[in-house]
Amino acid sequence: MKNEWPLWEIFIRGQHGMSHRHVGSLHAPDAEMAIKNARDVYTRRNEGVSIWVVEANHIAASSPSDKGPLYEPSESKVYRHPTFFDIPEEVGAM
Amino acid sequence: MYAQMIKSEATQDDPEKLAAFQARIDAGEKIEPKDWMPEGYRKTLIRQIGQHAHSEIVGQLPEGNWITRAPTLERKAILLAKVQDEAGHGLYLYCAAETLGVSRDEITEMLLDGRMKYSSIFNYPTLNWADIGAVGWLVDGAAIMNQVPLQRTSFGPYSRAMIRICKEESFHQRQGYDAIRKMAEGTPEQKKMAQDALNRLWYPSLMMFGPSDKDSVHSAQSMAWKIKMNTNDELRQKFVDQTVPQAEYLGLTIPDPDLKWNEERGHYDYTDPDWSEFFDVIKGNGPCNVDRLAARNKAWDDGAWVRDGLLAHAKKKAARQHAAE
Repeated sequence: MKNEWPLWEIFIRGQHGMSHRHVGSLHAPDAEMAIKNARDVYTRRNEGVSIWVVEANHIAASSPSDKGPLYEPSESKVYRHPTFFDIPEEVGAM
Repeated sequence: MYAQMIKSEATQDDPEKLAAFQARIDAGEKIEPKDWMPEGYRKTLIRQIGQHAHSEIVGQLPEGNWITRAPTLERKAILLAKVQDEAGHGLYLYCAAETLGVSRDEITEMLLDGRMKYSSIFNYPTLNWADIGAVGWLVDGAAIMNQVPLQRTSFGPYSRAMIRICKEESFHQRQGYDAIRKMAEGTPEQKKMAQDALNRLWYPSLMMFGPSDKDSVHSAQSMAWKIKMNTNDELRQKFVDQTVPQAEYLGLTIPDPDLKWNEERGHYDYTDPDWSEFFDVIKGNGPCNVDRLAARNKAWDDGAWVRDGLLAHAKKKAARQHAAE
């Protein structure tokens, strides 16, 4: 039982113009089979127009414990949002 | 349900961490695989999601039994699509379980050697075509009762798998009701077959929800963790209330002489299934337990050369590509 197929993460473009979105994962011996399996497992009802597969161990992910250092700094930078600035009504839409 | 009598694991973690974890769940946050979680939460979920996944896979057997004998080409195509969906549901769930640190092979082995269970319902046979209609109507109908609330479960991958499953599950129940309706509205012989299927599958369907809450010692922890959203009796009652008018429409009789509407409670009163039969089936003594496990073991063993061959081919191809670069 040591011959387990690697795990692949599956990304599907739902419609033209949208980005690929992670939909789940599956096991397959190689990329070609991963795409074939993804077609059967994740697009049985016209859910996609394009499939990306990435071997799961090639994905690097941030750690939940880094949440503070990574995302907190932006909380104090409210000026990054357009609503921070008051534009006089007379100026019109901007 | 598809996961019955899931024993929740005791947890011996740092009380402070446990409190923070519970606070996240109470606040409706989703727990993701890399987040800290109590060992008991992890183990209980592996058992629950695994049992659910196994049920989807073993559940293909009673229905697959009728694919080649479906009465029309259309019914055959529909049944094929449904059985294929069940395979998909099993795969979504296995992947959710794998995010908790169990491998696919480990979890498969545990099914094959009997360490892990699947739902008691799939140890009953499908004797004729009416049973296929009844399975979709009753068994998938009962499954939906539990799966809809589980979309809100606290573990992210499980919740997302449930959302996908629920999108597809309604097709399963409706095709079953459509199939049995055809028979209930058919010749007297066909109607008799539909009634017979209901007679045999009614109580096993009620058993799917697991024993009564008063005998279910593990509910409280699982409910606090939001991996169980309703009690067994709540879901069973909901199922009965929903199914009785559906049977009435078909002109079929639920095999329970004591079934009656209780004005005061606003629910149907019904007779509990024979729980000794349930425990016997769980122990391995149902009509099909041996066949089901034998079929899964045979499929696994017969597929070994395909799994090994494809992997060897993939490795060879990768090595050749590597050499060419």
